[in-house]
Amino acid sequence: MAKTAPVAGWAHDFDVLDPGYVEDPFVIWDELRRECPIAHTDRRGSTWLPTRYVDVTAMAHDVEHFSSLEVAVIPFEGEEPEEPVLPYGLPPISADPPLHSWTRRLLLPWFSHQRVDGYEAMTRQLCSSLIDGFIAEGRADAAADYAQQIPVRVIAHVLGVPNSLADTFTGWVRDVLEFADDHDRRLRGMEGLITYFIDEIARRREHPGDDLLSVLLNSQVDGAPVEESIALGIGALVLIAGVDTTWSAIGSSLWHLATHPADRRRLVADPAVMPFAIEELLRAYSPVTMARVVTKDVEFAGCPMKAGDKILMNFPAANRDPDVFEDPDKVVLDRAVNRHVAFGSGIHRCAGSNLARMELRVAVEEWLARIPEFHVEAGREVTWAGGQVRGPRSLPVAFS
Amino acid sequence: MNIRVDPAKCQGHARCFALVPELFSVDDYGLSSVVGDGSVPTALEDRARLAIENCPEFAIEEARG
Repeated sequence: MAKTAPVAGWAHDFDVLDPGYVEDPFVIWDELRRECPIAHTDRRGSTWLPTRYVDVTAMAHDVEHFSSLEVAVIPFEGEEPEEPVLPYGLPPISADPPLHSWTRRLLLPWFSHQRVDGYEAMTRQLCSSLIDGFIAEGRADAAADYAQQIPVRVIAHVLGVPNSLADTFTGWVRDVLEFADDHDRRLRGMEGLITYFIDEIARRREHPGDDLLSVLLNSQVDGAPVEESIALGIGALVLIAGVDTTWSAIGSSLWHLATHPADRRRLVADPAVMPFAIEELLRAYSPVTMARVVTKDVEFAGCPMKAGDKILMNFPAANRDPDVFEDPDKVVLDRAVNRHVAFGSGIHRCAGSNLARMELRVAVEEWLARIPEFHVEAGREVTWAGGQVRGPRSLPVAFS
Repeated sequence: MNIRVDPAKCQGHARCFALVPELFSVDDYGLSSVVGDGSVPTALEDRARLAIENCPEFAIEEARG
């Protein structure tokens, strides 16, 4: 990981890659919300960090001033590499209207709740077989052996690619998102992904199937076929956005249940709480921070934002705002009123939110059904990744 | 009680559908709408309020009168 100078003050010199922030951002957000709710830094370019629900959601809705053309939390150091094969980036996430609107319409039906219902049985089977692999040992790394293994295989299923590529996919996505401050590694991951999808697209052209890529390549928008670069961007997006994110949510949820026995026992005893608990775990441990770029100078909540400044869309902090959530730092499994924005807000609401919710619920249900009692192993370290996506990367647990 | 989903505000979070599938339907693009004419059976009023209070886009309105 990159060498970062110590933070001189969170309000004016924040660093989302600071180890203290990755480990426990919650106390930092609490302090900022009280003293300087939109923090600023000049690290990696002029960047703003809102922490209040009202600000984060207002910015998400103001697509005129806050563009999605740059959504990476960690910008490339130096020149952004040219990606001539991706002239539109990864639409719809990295697009503004009108490109955003029609590419999103192409993508959404793949993640409708009806479609997602159809993925539930294979997800359950997958979770169960992963547990088969370690249950006899009485211990496991709940992040690496379980959480990390689930979403990538579900996404591979949606994309119609073999499970044997799961580890390769996971490696690329981690290079792009988790090691984003390592220039060479990030480039390598992106190139791996792009090369893979270019080859896949050629194959789907020759042998079309009923998978997402094949259907995109055969789709027409306003009477014209969808450009290959758009299909490529959407394919890469589905993989990048569907892996680290959900795996982090599953891992954080299992970490919470490992470290909060009363919550764990309540969920086992009263499955009716599950739908509320899933939303509450998403709220409290929202994994994803996105970014926007300021399109023209604007004063927002008293902050003089300049065209080209970056905004970190701090949905995780918004979800712990005491102005909106009572006792926000406490996980209340059956919290009834929970307008959280773990999947964003406005026109960029996570297109895969139905799928992510299903995966999280099934992963927790299957784990608790087989391993109702577990705890973090004494003397072993839980490690977290942060930046664009926060979640445990190592979660050694023992079953009791 | 009468409710409606404002299609200009709904962004497809589907929280309403998850909470009260008897009252809401969601299309392929995530857009939610109230089943039928928008009137809420008395037995579902509490859950309808729950849906209103959980919508992240404040898209569900209780019609007045």
